[in-house]
Amino acid sequence: MQDPSKPTHPDDLSEDESALFADLARGGIARRDFLKLVSGTGAGVFGMQLLAEQRTYAEAASLADGAVAAAAPVAGGIPVKLTVNGTVQSLDLDPRITLLDTLREKLALTGTKKGCDHGQCGACTVIVDGKRVLSCLTLAAQADGKEVTTVEGLATEKGLHPMQEAFIEHDGFQCGYCTPGQLCSAVCLLDEAKRGEASFVTPDLGNPPTGDLSDDEIRERMSGNICRCAAYPQILAAVKDVHSGKKTASTWGFASEEEIALIRKELFHETI
Amino acid sequence: MKPFEYSRATSPADAVQSLAEKPDGRFLAGGTNLLDLMKEDVESASAIIDLTRLDLTEIKETEDGGLRLGALAKNSDTANHEIVRTNYPLLSRAMLSAATFQIRNMATNGGNPLQRTRCQYFYDTATPCNKREPGSGCGAMEGLNRNHAIFGWSDKCVAVHPSDMAVALAALDAVVRVQGPDGERSINFTDFHRLPGDEPERDTNLKPGELIVSIDLPPSKFAKHYYYLKVRDRASYAFALVSVAAALEMDGDTIKDVRIAMGGVAHKPWRATKAEEALKGKPATKQNFAAAADAEMAEAKPLEHNQYKVPLGRGAILRALQQAAGIS
Repeated sequence: MQDPSKPTHPDDLSEDESALFADLARGGIARRDFLKLVSGTGAGVFGMQLLAEQRTYAEAASLADGAVAAAAPVAGGIPVKLTVNGTVQSLDLDPRITLLDTLREKLALTGTKKGCDHGQCGACTVIVDGKRVLSCLTLAAQADGKEVTTVEGLATEKGLHPMQEAFIEHDGFQCGYCTPGQLCSAVCLLDEAKRGEASFVTPDLGNPPTGDLSDDEIRERMSGNICRCAAYPQILAAVKDVHSGKKTASTWGFASEEEIALIRKELFHETI
Repeated sequence: MKPFEYSRATSPADAVQSLAEKPDGRFLAGGTNLLDLMKEDVESASAIIDLTRLDLTEIKETEDGGLRLGALAKNSDTANHEIVRTNYPLLSRAMLSAATFQIRNMATNGGNPLQRTRCQYFYDTATPCNKREPGSGCGAMEGLNRNHAIFGWSDKCVAVHPSDMAVALAALDAVVRVQGPDGERSINFTDFHRLPGDEPERDTNLKPGELIVSIDLPPSKFAKHYYYLKVRDRASYAFALVSVAAALEMDGDTIKDVRIAMGGVAHKPWRATKAEEALKGKPATKQNFAAAADAEMAEAKPLEHNQYKVPLGRGAILRALQQAAGIS
């Protein structure tokens, strides 16, 4: 261990540090800036962490542009071709990697969230070949050759997907972590209902609802997406809006000047 | 997850051959349970043989008037198949009660009955479990056993089988067709799963290297009077505490034939044969249904925390039969 009270001299680099320097060019930080970071008394470790973060974001940004999809070949890797949100991605992957980690870590599509990573929460829901599935329990290799749509692929040039609009309209989220999964699920729910798929609460299996879904039907069909903020009533309202094509009353709204004045008057006995 | 070699089977024969060459390998279908267990190091495999490209997704009528469910047809497609919904609505209901739309879109007919128990001691590698690690002991026997078996358990294991689909298949006398190193064979669904006995690590009577190619249903005679009752801690997306698949073939008011199977009570889907015997040839009345339920539950041996399953099971059999018969 180096004595943290003494300045670290740039010439006294360990092999690891030298290797880090060698990597620096990719992250776009000038060598001298990095030296400043690590030369500060006791700031070496912190500096390296900052650098690592900066590099991660820099790589993510370049990947998000679609410029670079594949990293260096993986030992024992297998070729996997995915069409993600319309863009073909040819990857070389560890066979163990899930579709979820591939989207997030290899393609920088971090909209899809990792909640439980065990198929219990639905935060990782994506659409594969038109069906909603859990990306945390799908190997990327299993999705080879398939079309994957993530929350990033729901909006078009024309604007947000109607389901996204409805979630905003009805305040269908609080922290937002489950929202990408909720959205992918809700979008598929519409297609499933059109295809006449039944759910456990469908009263007559021979005649599943293709028109308006009851509240219970929507709840059952969305039960694979857990929301810890419990925004369920608002999510239900949003799905119902889009499914029925009829607007239901919004669950929130900004108060008008008059309403605010009234509240002030009644609660605080203020005069206008 | 431990490293494994990944390959994709091109035919059932190729899959069987690949596994024969890699005895530590595992077949992968939907992955909803296997991948989860591999992440937890409860299961591991030197090789994963991906079955998902195999042409085993067809659902078609058989020559004897039954229905063949391809092993790789998805649970969602099966539960919503026109013939399943019309002729085997009990199966459709049971399948729709399980998991979620996402999981049913992934899970396959061959994989569903092969899912492992959700006993928390089986999942927790820091605790003993004879199923996970033979000879290590049973954490649930003296531990938290609220969700565990009341029928057919042994001093080695008190776990229950989690599948809903399997409960309906047991009630409907399905047959599992398998292909293995020694060729094809058929296993009656009620003989497919095992009681734990001295080998709780073995869930089924599949021989090493065997692949399920289809699940066959006999001609339907329970499309009219049936019910799948699932009792669980929450209304959706939960495993059964107790479930009952009930099917009646009626001749006027008389029960000509009956099938009752229970989930959440044993190491395998539990055919309630005592209740069935008590009902054959009898009128479909609440009194007869209650007597049948009593006959079945008299054999129950609850553990410290699951004594509630005895009255719950009795009530569930009674109510499922009433619903199936359409009497109150």
